[in-house]
Amino acid sequence: MARMLMKGNYAAVYGAAMAGCTAYYGYPITPASEIAESAASLFPKLGRTFLQAESEVAAINMVYGAAGSGQRVMTGSSGPGISLKLEGISYCAGAALPCVIVDIMRGGPGLGNIGPEQSDYNQVVKGGGHGNYSSIVLAPNSCQEMCDYTMKAFELADKYRTPVFVLTDGVIGQMMESVTIPEPVKELPDKSDYAVYGTPLHKNLVNSIYIDHDDLEEWNLTLHKKYQVIKKEEVMYEEYMMEDAEIAVIGYGSVSRVLRTAVDAARAKGIKMGLFRPVTLFPFPEKEIAAMPGKGVKHILTVELSTGQMVDDVNLALAGSIKSDLYFRLGGNVPSADEILGKISELYGEVK
Amino acid sequence: MKKTMLQKPKGFIDEYKHKAGAEKDRTHYCPGCGHGILHKLIAEALEDFGLVDETILISPVGCSVFAYYYFDTGNFQAAHGRAPAVATAASRANPDKIVISYQGDGDLAAIGGNNILQAANRGENIVVFFINNAIYGMTGGQMAPTTLEGQVTTTTPYGRNTDTDGFPIKMSEVLSQLTAPTYIERVSLHDAPHIRKTRNAVRKAIKNAKERKGFQFVEVLSTCPSGWKMDPVKSMKWVKEKMLPLYPLGVYRDLGDDAKITTRPVPVMDPVAVWEKLGISAEADVDFPRGDVAEEYRKLSIRVAGFGGQGIMVTGQALASVALEYGYNVSWLPSYGPEMRGGTANCSVNIQDGQIGAAEAVKPSMLLAMNRPSLEKFEEAVEPGGTLIYNSTLIDIEPTRADIKVFAIPITGIADELGNTRVQSMVNIGAYAAITDMFRVEDVIALLPKLFKGKKQAILDLNAKAVKAGFAYVKDNFK
Repeated sequence: MARMLMKGNYAAVYGAAMAGCTAYYGYPITPASEIAESAASLFPKLGRTFLQAESEVAAINMVYGAAGSGQRVMTGSSGPGISLKLEGISYCAGAALPCVIVDIMRGGPGLGNIGPEQSDYNQVVKGGGHGNYSSIVLAPNSCQEMCDYTMKAFELADKYRTPVFVLTDGVIGQMMESVTIPEPVKELPDKSDYAVYGTPLHKNLVNSIYIDHDDLEEWNLTLHKKYQVIKKEEVMYEEYMMEDAEIAVIGYGSVSRVLRTAVDAARAKGIKMGLFRPVTLFPFPEKEIAAMPGKGVKHILTVELSTGQMVDDVNLALAGSIKSDLYFRLGGNVPSADEILGKISELYGEVK
Repeated sequence: MKKTMLQKPKGFIDEYKHKAGAEKDRTHYCPGCGHGILHKLIAEALEDFGLVDETILISPVGCSVFAYYYFDTGNFQAAHGRAPAVATAASRANPDKIVISYQGDGDLAAIGGNNILQAANRGENIVVFFINNAIYGMTGGQMAPTTLEGQVTTTTPYGRNTDTDGFPIKMSEVLSQLTAPTYIERVSLHDAPHIRKTRNAVRKAIKNAKERKGFQFVEVLSTCPSGWKMDPVKSMKWVKEKMLPLYPLGVYRDLGDDAKITTRPVPVMDPVAVWEKLGISAEADVDFPRGDVAEEYRKLSIRVAGFGGQGIMVTGQALASVALEYGYNVSWLPSYGPEMRGGTANCSVNIQDGQIGAAEAVKPSMLLAMNRPSLEKFEEAVEPGGTLIYNSTLIDIEPTRADIKVFAIPITGIADELGNTRVQSMVNIGAYAAITDMFRVEDVIALLPKLFKGKKQAILDLNAKAVKAGFAYVKDNFK
């Protein structure tokens, strides 16, 4: 039976296994540790590599080594660990190496706590590390999506030779849901044009140095072009009850689930509210958000588990066409649907 | 012999195509620098052993950042200090190849100190060539962890003061405290006889790597005329007079034939066998036929709460697991973060058709309260018209709500009568089945081996009794 009840953290590893990921390098951190634990349990059964690295930094550099060796490779962590990995992620981007990084966000800054937050948005979506790069960011909101989008992350990583994040929070990582395990991929892409295998035919070089200024400028422009293609081709989002919506609530990850419940409650009261959920955070669904005012949306409320990180992208997309609002909770607290509705009526009165 | 000496070893690329600028026939190293000598010894050994085409070289950050310009091998350039981590992954991906991590003293002993220590401790099948020239060369002559006491560098302009800057690190000695490394030697490049000894060490390490003898470490004392602000001849003298007394040459570990041969499997990607190996059956999932579930129980948001140890999480997971077998969408969310405070454990379970929204049962349509604090904490939140099941064995107060359905069930008492308090979870499942008509008792019992994987038949039998007892209590006492 391919249907199982499992935590989001486990589901990500099943997705990786089905995607043909042959190496996992990680370091324990709450609330992401089950990712390493399940990889430690599943990968040896499959004859694949699992290694608990000495640090987050070592783990991401092992990812760099594995990706450069032509493997589909993954690591997982949470806020403080992701901060440490950023250098290595920049190297992966700079050397155009595909890899998948799962970030189960927790409370920050500093040690913060292990409750759910979405305050890694900026460090993950905006590059985070040094240099001009962007990582593709997928934001699952269920255990099934943790599995499916981790699998998809490997496809995208190879398609564009770039790091891909699976970004979610502790709620999705820790909760259990029904997950139907997808069919494993049948074959993996050929990487012999860049991977280092230590064979006479593949004396490739994995590298991010371009010592000549013109060379580095050119390489940056190549990367930039790649990001433009990604922005054009890979946007994903989900809409719920948006057809006639006058109020749009925008949220990703676990927040989008609360917002869905809030939309149901609003609709029951006759309020024309809809949910817009970005699934990719880079590329951000900016066109769809920009189009909202023209489709009859009068009010936009972004809800985040941060003091407002994604809302900047919402406002960039809206480009001042209408004023948008923000509601957030922090420190591990998650808003309830009632709380959202209260905010809606506080901001917009008795909108029908 | 003479002819061979003058040839460029085949371990080098003919023309240094990756090198920026016009001079593609010479290295970027300064006159008198030891890197060129060590490069040559390595390239020569790779050629002589026929390993040029089977080698992967990791270039570090430092003067040898461009080592990849020269070696006709597979090449990685790594982040500062991380060459052993990159080498680890390259070696695990290609266990049958020679993987060389070439590092300087800042890279290996300062920023990458833990990486080298841990790679050595894991006994990675890699060869590490460690150039110790007591200074940061590439960045312009700053203090290295190996800088000598009193040595003037750009960041120790008054000389290295051990009170403030610590002592020179002796990496060969440090690594020789570990169990895994099989060969550790310190050599020097300061004159021809020592270069010959270095040559032997290089060849031995590479040969050991070919034989999969685990972690190989060759520390090479070397010159940095530019960083030291000396001419090459004086530099060699300085190595002999200043460095050798502090960094004694010699073998620190050589297990020889006693070295354990570590063969690691080549990672496999066999798509056909994945499901089979993970125990996933290709047969379609068949749902249990559903009973006649009343409207009010078709979309449930359940809070299960009690003391830690009362099987709260197990009850919640069992509800979700069993409902899943009837084809419902389910979610289970453990109490998480601040909810953990106050000695109560709780979890949220959603059971419904269609997509589940918020996972946390903020306003539950059903509350299962196993102790008094849980009842007091969550009763108020229950949706009007919802259902409260409470453990009347432990809860000595009456619920206050009149607008919800209440089932007082001596859950702990029923479990105790069966002889084991720990079967409370299955009493709960039985009671739930009787109240909602969502589960059939025989279906739940059929699922017990899956719910309690690896448990003995006696335990399964006891839990089966608990399901029946919970079910019977509700059927006997409530209409």
